[in-house]
Amino acid sequence: MGAMRLLRLAVTAAALLLSFGATVQAQTTLRIGLAEDPDILDPSMGRTYVGRIVFAAVCDKLFDIDEKLNIVPQLALSHETSADGKEVTIKLRPGVKFHDGEAFDAEAAKFSLERHLNFPGSFRKPELAAVDHIDVVDPLTIKLALKAPYSPLVAQLTDRAGMMVSPKAAKEAGDKFGLKPVCAGPYKFVERVQQDRMVFEKFADYWNKDNVFIDRVVFLPIVDATVRLANLKSGGLDLAERVLATDIKDVRADKRLKLSAALEIGYFGLTLNIDNDKNKGGLSQSAKVRQALDLSIDREAITQVVFNGEFVPGNQWISPEHPYYQKAFPVPKRDLAKAKTLLKEAGVTLPVAVDMMVPKGAENEAVAQVLQSMAAEAGFDLKIRVIEFATSFKQAQAGEFQAFLIGWSGRIDPDGNSYVFLHTKAPQNDGGYSNPEADKLMEDARVVNDPAQRKAIYEKLTKIVLNDEPIIYLYHRRLLIAHTARLEGYKPIPDGLVRVIGLKLK
Amino acid sequence: MLNFLARRVVQLVPTLFFVSLLIFSLQHLLPGDPALVMAGEERDPAVIEQIRQQYKLDQPIPIQYLYWVKGVLSGDFGESLRNKVPVLSLIAQKLPVTMQLASMAIVIAFLIGIPAGIVSAVKKGTAWDYGANLFALWGISTPNFWLGIMLIFLFSIELGWLPASGYVPLSENWRASIASTIMPAFVLGNAIAAILMRHTRSAMLQVLESDYVRTARAKGLSERSVILKHAMRNALTPIITLGALELGTLLSGAVLTEQIFSIPGFGKLIVDAVFNRDYAVVQGVVLVTATIYITLNLLADIAYILVNPRLRA
Repeated sequence: MGAMRLLRLAVTAAALLLSFGATVQAQTTLRIGLAEDPDILDPSMGRTYVGRIVFAAVCDKLFDIDEKLNIVPQLALSHETSADGKEVTIKLRPGVKFHDGEAFDAEAAKFSLERHLNFPGSFRKPELAAVDHIDVVDPLTIKLALKAPYSPLVAQLTDRAGMMVSPKAAKEAGDKFGLKPVCAGPYKFVERVQQDRMVFEKFADYWNKDNVFIDRVVFLPIVDATVRLANLKSGGLDLAERVLATDIKDVRADKRLKLSAALEIGYFGLTLNIDNDKNKGGLSQSAKVRQALDLSIDREAITQVVFNGEFVPGNQWISPEHPYYQKAFPVPKRDLAKAKTLLKEAGVTLPVAVDMMVPKGAENEAVAQVLQSMAAEAGFDLKIRVIEFATSFKQAQAGEFQAFLIGWSGRIDPDGNSYVFLHTKAPQNDGGYSNPEADKLMEDARVVNDPAQRKAIYEKLTKIVLNDEPIIYLYHRRLLIAHTARLEGYKPIPDGLVRVIGLKLK
Repeated sequence: MLNFLARRVVQLVPTLFFVSLLIFSLQHLLPGDPALVMAGEERDPAVIEQIRQQYKLDQPIPIQYLYWVKGVLSGDFGESLRNKVPVLSLIAQKLPVTMQLASMAIVIAFLIGIPAGIVSAVKKGTAWDYGANLFALWGISTPNFWLGIMLIFLFSIELGWLPASGYVPLSENWRASIASTIMPAFVLGNAIAAILMRHTRSAMLQVLESDYVRTARAKGLSERSVILKHAMRNALTPIITLGALELGTLLSGAVLTEQIFSIPGFGKLIVDAVFNRDYAVVQGVVLVTATIYITLNLLADIAYILVNPRLRA
């Protein structure tokens, strides 16, 4: 009797639940599934890629990039660099308001840039290091006076360093500004529950409001890629970022979904320890050994085996589709015979043992195993050491590795993908690479503004770096975004961030 | 009784002190530098140095500990290195979520585990018994993440009955809230139900063979009354302890399950904090969960006394 009553109760409860399962969502809410919970939403202090996805809907920048990596105006209208390269004049868009109703003008722009430069704990400081001071020319014009000519500056202003914040809100909130960011983007902050959701609503006074069609944007961090996709399929999400390459077939087979793939501006590669290796392993002894390792690798096979052939093999710090890619140095084919000859010439004892540090993660580990078996055929013994991500940075800096499998999310200017890793004593030059000739070329590329001239400089640099092999560039990821077919107007941008302007939900 | 309670509460103080010391020193043994992890790709030495100073990471560890204890004693658990959110408000945000999930899981576990245990003990050797045992074996040996993903495929993608993941607070919409937590609660409850079933079964078998049960039957009491009133009450004591311990574990966060279902509870909070070397958050959360665990143990002891009058001396 009691058991029956219990059973009846359970059935009723289940029936009740099921009828509420499919919750109806407002038509104009765009739900975006993120692979991680972002860090603080303060443009000066943000550090994560996933944070930039959120910023793209909330904080407009002076400049933006388009599908072809061209720099286009956003909150600025134009820029002009003086003949000596030491002054950059920026005209600002009129009639722009921040989310708190404050006007965006030259004073506000100066304030935002100075905040990036001076705020304690600002990660934008190195990006704007070339800026000496900022002058207000008129209410809609600012002038950036540089310490020395620096051609990547405008490119820096297409990302967080170019984001403008409301001076009033920033002064009031201090270092808590990121808890409730007040910017000049299409959506304004409503609420954030850590690790759960971030809600933003359409900003009524947005300068480009006629092209904003969705009322609310909700970001939901869902760490597991399978669950993220499951949510998209079941209608719990409208868009999911970082789809696994192995799920591509599944997404393409589903008529209710669309896949968008943008080739990243970053790269994945193997950083080799040249001058920071206490154990003086084979790789640190001669460029020939490093070249041999490079020649033992079949890049096409890596992308086929691990990424279903969806990623793009590469050999430079920018992808083959980038305007600065040096076509004179194409992706090399695997050449075992040559690799063996080089090892013989270098006179190292075989097999060459290499301590390979690999940050934890299924894809990383799979790539490492493929590399291991390929290199073994040439006479290398790659010893895979899987390590947690946080620890890998520490050990990289301390030089406790001989090869380090690591990626870089990329910057739109080639300088951002090369200087910090390759220049002598640059902050991320973990392998201690140093070549005065390469240093000089990287410095020159920063001074010259003409793209053709810069490309010629980078050609020389590419030749040197490919010969010295401080980093073996392996492949470029495709930033995979899947969204419901109901979403219209989605444009893949090479930085992988979601532009909400022009998006419509049917 | 009061005496006993007072003694146990006083014991809390040194226990928590040792817990705090342990968390603090253990996490500083973890390799990796919080400032470096925080910087991520933006590794600029000057900025990293500034972060170290700002968060007193450049001070010797004992000094850092003193700063922390001083804060905790005045109710300030510090703030998250990653998000600048005060640790206490993070805990206040996550605790109700985890409590809801844990209570639902434990209710499911008791609803399934105890009846199944009793039935299999009473009907020992029959198909009922084998069926219950099979269920228990399945429950114990099914990995959480697998069961979770299978449930999502079935109920969210195929049938479209339940949301695949995410969480709706009870206060916002209780129906949607239960819909969003029923799958993870079942995943967690299912594993515990299996353990409870095994323990209930063996406890019941033991009790059913005891003299007083035979006497009760000899008095002519109905089988129902013998089992539910006489046998179960005695068999229940160890089950309560087990339940309290399991609840304690659940409250310290069901890491994998919360991850799969994107439930923003303690488990997710602490895992993210450990990977980000967000020291203040790890310390705060572990201290709170340790307190909860110890308190639940205390409550189990009290429940013991209530269920079993012989312990009331």
